[in-house]
Amino acid sequence: MSYVTGLRCRECGRQYPAEALHVCDFCFGPLEVDYDYERIAATVTRARIEAGPRTIWRYGDLLPVDDAAPVDLGAGFTPLVRADRLAAELGLGELWIKNDTANPTGSFKDRVVSVALTKARQLGFKVAACASTGNLANSVAAHAARAGMGSIVLIPHDLEEAKVTMTAVYGGTVVAVRGSYDDVNRLCAELASEHPSWAFVNVNVRTYYSEGSKTLAFEVAEQLGWTAPDHVVVPIASGSQLTKVAKGFAELAKVGLIEPAEVRISGAQAAGCAPVATAFQTGADAIAPVKPKTIAKSLSIGNPADGWYALDVIRRTGGSCASVTDDEIIEGIRLLARTEGIFAETAGGVTIATLAKLAATGEVRRDERVVALVTGHGLKTVEALSGTVGPTASIEATLGDFDAALGDELAAGSLG
Amino acid sequence: MSVTVRVPTQLRTLTGGLGEVPVDGSTVGEALKALDAAHPGMAERLFDEEGRLRRFVNVFVADEDVRFLEGLDTPVGPGQTVSIVPAVAGG
Repeated sequence: MSYVTGLRCRECGRQYPAEALHVCDFCFGPLEVDYDYERIAATVTRARIEAGPRTIWRYGDLLPVDDAAPVDLGAGFTPLVRADRLAAELGLGELWIKNDTANPTGSFKDRVVSVALTKARQLGFKVAACASTGNLANSVAAHAARAGMGSIVLIPHDLEEAKVTMTAVYGGTVVAVRGSYDDVNRLCAELASEHPSWAFVNVNVRTYYSEGSKTLAFEVAEQLGWTAPDHVVVPIASGSQLTKVAKGFAELAKVGLIEPAEVRISGAQAAGCAPVATAFQTGADAIAPVKPKTIAKSLSIGNPADGWYALDVIRRTGGSCASVTDDEIIEGIRLLARTEGIFAETAGGVTIATLAKLAATGEVRRDERVVALVTGHGLKTVEALSGTVGPTASIEATLGDFDAALGDELAAGSLG
Repeated sequence: MSVTVRVPTQLRTLTGGLGEVPVDGSTVGEALKALDAAHPGMAERLFDEEGRLRRFVNVFVADEDVRFLEGLDTPVGPGQTVSIVPAVAGG
């Protein structure tokens, strides 16, 4: 059963029913789902969760929709892998990678979309829609297909080819917009007013959608043996994921599943789109929007809806926020791949490069148990690496050619 | 000088359901003031106590965020559209 009691404005506290509403009618503040935590605490147990499906739906008591047959491709319960080789490179102690590349469409977006479409279907919507930098597009198109819903996905025109193909293959409507993601987002915010019968997952059902990101925190805690880590490094696009990760750890403590813990949350951005990192570093109270220019297209939100809240979480938890250049992003992707065998998209490169930077400055400490969120698969953004990695040698199929090409390495014994 | 203000769902209770309202004004600030004059109650929804746009209200002129232009002093010409859009979307 659902423990949702309603929606509440984060800014002015006005209350609303649990319908397809995402901003306060009065002050435009974001709406947040209210739960009856006392009833959840009386019901939920570690054993109850552990007996559930190996998906986000094992945490159904803490999600904003209850459905015995959710719109589900198997999102969640992705590997949390101990990353000793990467930790050694970065001078860190206990480091874990939450490998969310392992989701059904290759990114953490499957978590939020599974929640959003389950709720949308329950509210009577027949069409799912979104503004996307690519990963969300993949996930909305796939989950809509799974649910037999229509889909209308709007993307910037210059997305990576894989992300376009991985959306269009599901047969929905895909519209490439000549503009940036922020332009697409503004268009969708306006379309949502004109087409109230469409469930824009990150507009009119965003309140429910964003709750799906809490499951990252739930899983990390469960996979660490029902304890919270000391420090989590999270990539920032809209900032929603970062705020919901913090909320996830807080909720687990609130309902008695873990001991109350101070979890430091740090943010990672690309230098070419760093409105939150800039505000953090300058001590600003407001987020100044920017025009993004970076290879990390999935993080290219220059006008982040939850930027201010992400900044607040970072400051409140004693975290940090930094940004990294495109070259550092590529090196981050390669470092994670060669040390841990995980191939991340550019956003993952942002996380790893930022982690490296914060480790070097001592803001992520050696005595902390650290988790880095790697939220999308490298196959989605292979062009970012073109010209950077490729064959060691190109030869004819002869022993002589092989020896000639790799003779130095053979002589040095570096091939083992 | 007539400009069109596009009004989001959340404010259409004040416009009798209208999504577009023609107003006079030569800047964004004047256009929004004229909107409030025509449909009282708008101003308190759009502006905080100090008269600044609320944090979660975005305003666009010709599809550009006025924060990249001159804010409320951004000039608007006849036939241009000023769009009020809730900031909380996307990601």
